[in-house]
Amino acid sequence: MNKQGNTYTILYASIMVIVVATILAVVSVALKPMQQANIEIDKKKQILTAVNISSTAADAVDKYAQYIVDSYVTDATGAKVDGVDAFGVDVAAEVKKPAEERQLPVFEARLDDGSVKYILPLYGAGLWGPIWGYISIEADGNTIYGSYFAHQGETPGLGAEIEKPDFQAQFQGKHLFIDGEMKPVAVMKVGQKPLNGAEYVDAISGGTITSKGVQDMIENSLLPYNAFLKTLVK
Amino acid sequence: MKNKEILLGPLSKNNPVIVQVLGICSALAVTSKLEPSIVMAISVIAVVALANVVISLLRNTIPNSIRIIVQLVVVAALVIIVDQVLKAFAYDVSKQLSVFVGLIITNCIVMGRLEAFALSHGPWESFLDGIGNGIGYGLILVIVGFFRELLGSGTLLGFQVIPQALYDMGYANNGLMILPPMALIVVACIIWVHRSHNTELQEK
Repeated sequence: MNKQGNTYTILYASIMVIVVATILAVVSVALKPMQQANIEIDKKKQILTAVNISSTAADAVDKYAQYIVDSYVTDATGAKVDGVDAFGVDVAAEVKKPAEERQLPVFEARLDDGSVKYILPLYGAGLWGPIWGYISIEADGNTIYGSYFAHQGETPGLGAEIEKPDFQAQFQGKHLFIDGEMKPVAVMKVGQKPLNGAEYVDAISGGTITSKGVQDMIENSLLPYNAFLKTLVK
Repeated sequence: MKNKEILLGPLSKNNPVIVQVLGICSALAVTSKLEPSIVMAISVIAVVALANVVISLLRNTIPNSIRIIVQLVVVAALVIIVDQVLKAFAYDVSKQLSVFVGLIITNCIVMGRLEAFALSHGPWESFLDGIGNGIGYGLILVIVGFFRELLGSGTLLGFQVIPQALYDMGYANNGLMILPPMALIVVACIIWVHRSHNTELQEK
């Protein structure tokens, strides 16, 4: 058969594509369970970080079982939704829906000192790609206890600073409700203050769009929890 | 060419990064820490060596008109497998490397070796050539990663190596080392040292 002919070339390309596709499919199916387990461990690590508990890939599952005592999904009226696994909720898809239709996961943590914290997931957009995180709130439904932010590809040294403890520590002790009205924490350029009287933290200089993204993410992700958080206020 | 020369040549006299100046983009992208540099080096060694062997075995059957496409498909398939394996067994590292694993496909070293060597040599020589070039690339990555992490973060593989006492005396990490431009400057320094030892490489 003529190796430079069209028939040979087309046959060769077709067979190669089928063989390669088969190999890739087999590899993907074989490794899927392990990859899924890794993704879940990573998510548990992130949730634990929001209540200032550091964990490694090895002990994240145990620590998660120890500290996260309950998790459930609420709706925008603050009522619990039955039959939905909070851990499995795709927050990235939920934040795009209108507030009334969202499934709102809540993770309840009980720390060593017996205090209860509520961990809420966040999801939004930075400059180059998605940013996400978790924020933990004291039992009073108002004071922020800890936060965790991560990003996919923000600029190192600028926007990527949101994942640094220095930036995240600023949120500790801030309040979500001002005079009984929910005003999520703003991220402001140093020297500026939010017009609506909300509490605020300092933005990252040189990371303006990412900082704005963090503020929008907090606002958009937390506002639907308004009713739920109000039920916590005694 | 002797096998020994095929394997060891790319480590110094014929190094893909500092002599042929290939694969620079990934060298500056992943080397801000030592660990991803090492993982990237191992990944590239695996991909170049395996791709070289596969192409070398197929070299008499590949139709000339779609030769580059065949090479690309083989490289892309191998890279996807490496990416999947990393996600399953080294999740944290795969998160750090993120898109750069996928970009091994575009690493000029891989296609360069397939085109220049594997298409005209047997599988064993091609395998050695792939290993040699992969190590030659990896070596530079690790050296650059070592200096960037040491001077930029004061750590190596995540462990603090610069003692706190030095910081108390006013020493500070050089934040510039973390940024991509410093990778080029470190590579340039390596080239400088290398050429001053190998005078025959110097351009007149």
